[in-house]
Amino acid sequence: MKKYTYTESKDTRSGFGDAMTELGESHPNVVALCADLVGSLKIAPFIKNHPERFIQTGIAEANMMGIAAGLTIGGKIPYATTFANFGSGRVYDQIRQSIAYSDKNVKVAVSHAGLTLGEDGATHQILEDLAMMRAMPNMTVINPCDYNQTKAATKAVADFEGPVYLRFGRPVVPVFTPADQKFEIGKAWMVNEGKDVTIIATGHLVWEAIKAGEALAEEGIDAEIINIHTIKPLDTAAILKSVKKTKCVVTCEEHQANGGLGDAVAQTLAQEFLAPQEYIAVKDSFGESGTPEQLMVKYGLDSKNIIAAVKKVIARK
Amino acid sequence: MQTKEIKDIATQVRRDIVRMVHGSKSGHPGGSLGCTDIVVALYFQQMKINNRKGKGGYISFKMDGIDEDLFFLSNGHTSPLFYSVLARKGYFGIEELSTFRKLNSRLQGHPTTHEGLPGIRIASGSLGQGMSVAIGAAMAKKLNGDKNLVYVLMGDGEQQEGQIWEAAQFAPHHKVDNLVGIIDLNGQQIDGSTEQVMSNRDLKVKYKAFGWNVIDIKEGNDIEACVAGLRKAKRLTGKGQPIMILLHSEMGAGVDFMMGSHKWHGIAPNDEQLAAALAQLPSTLADY
Repeated sequence: MKKYTYTESKDTRSGFGDAMTELGESHPNVVALCADLVGSLKIAPFIKNHPERFIQTGIAEANMMGIAAGLTIGGKIPYATTFANFGSGRVYDQIRQSIAYSDKNVKVAVSHAGLTLGEDGATHQILEDLAMMRAMPNMTVINPCDYNQTKAATKAVADFEGPVYLRFGRPVVPVFTPADQKFEIGKAWMVNEGKDVTIIATGHLVWEAIKAGEALAEEGIDAEIINIHTIKPLDTAAILKSVKKTKCVVTCEEHQANGGLGDAVAQTLAQEFLAPQEYIAVKDSFGESGTPEQLMVKYGLDSKNIIAAVKKVIARK
Repeated sequence: MQTKEIKDIATQVRRDIVRMVHGSKSGHPGGSLGCTDIVVALYFQQMKINNRKGKGGYISFKMDGIDEDLFFLSNGHTSPLFYSVLARKGYFGIEELSTFRKLNSRLQGHPTTHEGLPGIRIASGSLGQGMSVAIGAAMAKKLNGDKNLVYVLMGDGEQQEGQIWEAAQFAPHHKVDNLVGIIDLNGQQIDGSTEQVMSNRDLKVKYKAFGWNVIDIKEGNDIEACVAGLRKAKRLTGKGQPIMILLHSEMGAGVDFMMGSHKWHGIAPNDEQLAAALAQLPSTLADY
């Protein structure tokens, strides 16, 4: 197992905010919008440097999505920011008609996705957004795994023409990907090559998958770990290549089992190469209040559950 | 443009609308006819439009609309009107109007950018979204130092959507004073009169309270009144407030049996009704 270490932990949303600060200088057409969550999205430095390129919409996300669509017409690259809950389900129709169907170059950049939002509880813990956004034609869906990857993704989507749903989170997590990485939309990242099982993980679950891989190695199980940061378009070639080798797969996501990364992988496998699959995901339930760590354990998204799923799926081969 | 000339265009557009809806046996003639005069006034008199001709002799359409005025249709079900005006203006050939709502057409039931139809900058149909888009386009103009204006047409039934009021609150707060909204105040919606279905109460009082500069076009189906009202609205721009025009119009205007009720909001005329309608709308330019 390849060794992954980290010297610091940071929140992925700070990766977003720091990238926005850089984009403020490098991309004069980048405009930020926010629906009363500037502190949470970490965009205060962007606003300080470029007040004329920041639009405060107040608590009115539907209007924010429409304004973002309109800004693109004059050549702007708007980042419409809020919590994932308010930037997906609440405004699905606005994103669908005014952005995706209208081919508008809007970046819907949303924080506090998933259970790890923590104490605010289920009203704010969106676990269905990947499914919704995956189902939408013309939408690119990205869920980076740490500070550095989020920063790289935020910058990469500025140079990509088309609507993007970029999802990140609230908690402080290990920073283990390289600071100088090149972020390629739609390209899987091989975390560790192995032969016994494929673990496919996205977002905060990538670090859990690495911890699981290390523990499994000690037991003599050689896990291949793939980071899928782009849920759509899915790197099906990388997934198929790996599963054809290992003959089984565990998918890991901070999202419902219904409609997320696991289902995207299953859809590919069902059509191309049948193999047993286990899901590490929330099983058709809402979340609740608690610390991020407690919630990851209670809802079965931690490394221990990944280890158990790996053993189960290998037995099904 | 002379008044007669612009009136002739409006009459021909009304013919197009009725024929298109008849041709596809579906669509929304009522609101389209009611808004004909204002949209013709916008495109043929008021708006600064890039008229440069490109491929096939049609207007060389640029999505970014820099250095021209922009129009957004929020009540997208009045698409036959929009398509006819765009074709008559020269964005594409009038013969394409015959494909309205048919398979493989660029003239979808509701307007879309998705099929690449020149002249359209946003999809609309799901109501309440156009004003937000227009605000964004107006703010981009300000960021670009572009002094031209942005117009958005909405329905009065559409005022029942919540997003409208998010946008209504936003535009004055951010002093989006290069924006002119128009509400088609025909008092009708699918299920009946707006009064009966869901009263808008006094839209003038409401928009004024939100911080808009509100004016009326009392004769919304008199094209000279439309031109005068749009000129007045333009004079009021650039003074720190967005402008809202209350367009007092009649659903179905121009075809007597389609007027005065919500009945013709979303149904197509049969052959006899088409003939009766066209008899009231003499062909002024060539039919498609």
